[in-house]
Amino acid sequence: MTAAFPTRRQEEWRYADLDALQPVWQQFAEPVTLTVGAGEELEEVWIPVSDEVQVRRVQLALGKGAKARVFALNNAPEYGRIELEVSLEEGAEFELFGANIGAGLSTNEIVTNLKHVGIGGRSRQVVRSVLNGKATGSYLGKIEVARGAQQTDAEQSVKAMLLDRGATANCKPELEIFADDVKCAHGASVGELDPMQLFYAKSRGLDPVSAKALLLEGFVMGLWDTASDGEGICAAARKALRKVV
Amino acid sequence: MLEISNLHASVADKPILNGVSLSVPAGEVHAIMGPNGSGKSTLAYVLSGRPGYEVTDGSVIFDGKDLLALEPHERAASGLFLGFQYPVEIPGVSYLQFLRESLNSQRRARDEAELSGAEFIKLAKAQAALLGMDSEMLKRPVNVGFSGGEKKRAEMVQMGIMAPKLAVLDETDSGLDIDALKAVGAGINRIMRAPDKGVLLITHYQRLLDYVRPDRVHVLYRGEIVRSGGPELAHELEREGYAEAAA
Repeated sequence: MTAAFPTRRQEEWRYADLDALQPVWQQFAEPVTLTVGAGEELEEVWIPVSDEVQVRRVQLALGKGAKARVFALNNAPEYGRIELEVSLEEGAEFELFGANIGAGLSTNEIVTNLKHVGIGGRSRQVVRSVLNGKATGSYLGKIEVARGAQQTDAEQSVKAMLLDRGATANCKPELEIFADDVKCAHGASVGELDPMQLFYAKSRGLDPVSAKALLLEGFVMGLWDTASDGEGICAAARKALRKVV
Repeated sequence: MLEISNLHASVADKPILNGVSLSVPAGEVHAIMGPNGSGKSTLAYVLSGRPGYEVTDGSVIFDGKDLLALEPHERAASGLFLGFQYPVEIPGVSYLQFLRESLNSQRRARDEAELSGAEFIKLAKAQAALLGMDSEMLKRPVNVGFSGGEKKRAEMVQMGIMAPKLAVLDETDSGLDIDALKAVGAGINRIMRAPDKGVLLITHYQRLLDYVRPDRVHVLYRGEIVRSGGPELAHELEREGYAEAAA
């Protein structure tokens, strides 16, 4: 039996493009499950493909002291969704470095649900969105800290850059904390390219398009600095950025 | 090289420059001095084409071209360099990448061959060394975490790499200690003292002029050049203040 088709009433599907999802739902109805055993490590790099609609739904279970890092670029021409449900046992560490780069009328979203179930788990999520035209880029990040998960350290940093007036960014952290000794930091900002940075770059001879592209590269590319094999995602992000400038 | 005639400019509809006329021939260094709010930085920004700085009258001819008709990046490609009073930080973009792309963008505009990565790094390292700047700093994001003095030195390294025809230096001396001031002064002389180059040096104080001796000194007061003279004028201003000199 396949899972029921989602509705917008469900918080985690609130900004989704369900019309685009409908025809391909069967393929994605069941999330992929990844398990990282105690003390093991996993690094995932998710690069977009050429499909109009690209959905990735992953359940990731981190055992005691396991470490996982996900580097993800979301850049679907019509609808892109990266959905991650992560459970962290004692001392597990999870990092997500993700970007939504959206053009035209596209919707790209990163939706996470982190369940800190063991003590001393650490998670860090850094998401950057660059959007032009009437594109929408969203980050919905839920963090659940279970009753016993003391010394949890969870961080969310979300920034979006809107290149046109019609573009939309949604940033929504959501915290459910049932322990009393935890750190859950979150920061979100939505902005435009800094006019003074643009002028500085132009005054050095960069034409307006190159100046914008360079500043956007600076905004996004730092995400992949720590990837052990980051070349592919860097190249894909550069290509995507050139299309939105 | 630079001919400014009857230049009027406004910022947010407020007139700041009220008819500036000034001529910098090739081979000369001209200092512009004036009190806070006299329009010095506005002049620098108008010359480099900062958005929001609106020219309401007058003309600027640079190297035979109508400077005001050019976009900021075209002004750079035609040989104008602005040294910023407050150099801008650009997180995530290394100095090497920033300057290489800038220089190559200028070179493309002038139909010159672009520099390869290796050629550029050699040039950048040499210029950094001449300014007493550790070339490792060029790997860091543009101006991020630089002290005030380091930012100004870095501006001079940029000037050395770009090798402009005309440099407009907006209070390059502010925030510098004596050693940095000397290094920056020597940099200006080395890079810009040439028969085919010119400098417009904007400053509050006479200090930098001990190291970079100007051919002419102009006093900007309430948006107009009220006096011009030789280097001795800078000393007079230092002694008597701007109000006296402008009277």
